[in-house]
Amino acid sequence: MATEGKIDPMHQFEVQPIFDGFTLFGQQIDFTNSALWMFVVLVLLYVFMMGGMKRELVPGRWQVMVEGVVGFIDNIIANSIGPNGKKYTPWVFTLFMFILFSNLLGMMPFGIIPGIHPFTVTSQFTVTGLLAAISFSIVLIVGFWKHGFKFFSLFIPHGTPVWMMPLIFSVELLSFLVRPFSLALRLFVAMIAGHILIKVFASFVVQAIDAGGASWGIALLSILFIAFVSALELLVCAIQAYVFALLTSLYISDAENLH
Amino acid sequence: MEVYGSQFFWLLIVIGIIYFGIAKNMVPKISKTVDDRQKRISDDLAAAQAGQDKAEQIEADYRASINDARADAVSKVNEAKAKVAKKNEAAIKRADTAIAKKADEADAALKAAQSEAMKEIEAVAAEAAQAIVKTVSGAKVTATDAKKAVKAAF
Repeated sequence: MATEGKIDPMHQFEVQPIFDGFTLFGQQIDFTNSALWMFVVLVLLYVFMMGGMKRELVPGRWQVMVEGVVGFIDNIIANSIGPNGKKYTPWVFTLFMFILFSNLLGMMPFGIIPGIHPFTVTSQFTVTGLLAAISFSIVLIVGFWKHGFKFFSLFIPHGTPVWMMPLIFSVELLSFLVRPFSLALRLFVAMIAGHILIKVFASFVVQAIDAGGASWGIALLSILFIAFVSALELLVCAIQAYVFALLTSLYISDAENLH
Repeated sequence: MEVYGSQFFWLLIVIGIIYFGIAKNMVPKISKTVDDRQKRISDDLAAAQAGQDKAEQIEADYRASINDARADAVSKVNEAKAKVAKKNEAAIKRADTAIAKKADEADAALKAAQSEAMKEIEAVAAEAAQAIVKTVSGAKVTATDAKKAVKAAF
């Protein structure tokens, strides 16, 4: 927790119950600030998509935007999975849009409004981990459903000499099992790192102004740096959403089109 | 620790709503709109192409009929010319024969007139010769002799 007069860069990632919920399977389910922002993401996403539902022959700006996003996801699927990938479009779309909106919403300067504490849903490893786990489960289920035990041939690339097979198999299996963690960690770390960086430099600004005198230069420099990192973070927000969606579809492609 | 439960719970609800409500329900409609538009565009382009082909066909037909008509006209003109030429030839021939006949008649009439004139001249000459001989020599010459002599002299 932030102590009086100091900025704790980790405070922004704390999940706090807004009101108490109920108990499910021995777990206390509270409505938290994290849940609140998830629903904000949901509402924003719904509003965004409704703007594209006018279904006009000659689209307006908003409809072009929505159709562009949908076409973008369709392209990812078509390029990495191929014609069989149509049935995975909803999941990849869900991933991409949820992560993109969460990332961008976390970057919005809502903090200047008193009483509102912005929260980046995707900076929680619980959230990114669950998303990655669902993606990985889809890969496993599709892989074993479609190919049975032949799915293990994924871990032996073509042309592997027989005596190399055990080694290659274990290495490939390891890299396969690491996938969900790398998927979840990449997004989580990217989001948390950027936010911490901004907060740390923000605390520099406060401390430099408190110190007074020549420290004003440091404060100015820090503000410039915050602006720079914020711009970079906006880019990272989009890139991380894209990477998550792209890697998910590539992993699904492994299961769908086993070589 | 109690945070994980609520995180998972609410995330699953939100993700579920997005998946079933938006991604499964709204996205296909948007894709369909795009596909419909694409189809409409390609259909319109095909219709335009068909229209252009039709127009070109009509123009080709028109040109062909114009050419046919022109050829027809030319052949008719030639035919008419040939007919007229034939008619003229026949007329000229007819006129020629008529003129030749008239010329022959005139010739014959001329000849007759000439021989008549000759006869008269002979007769006049014989009479003159008879008279001259009578006057000059006092011999009587019969008309028949004089006639004979004049004929010989001519």
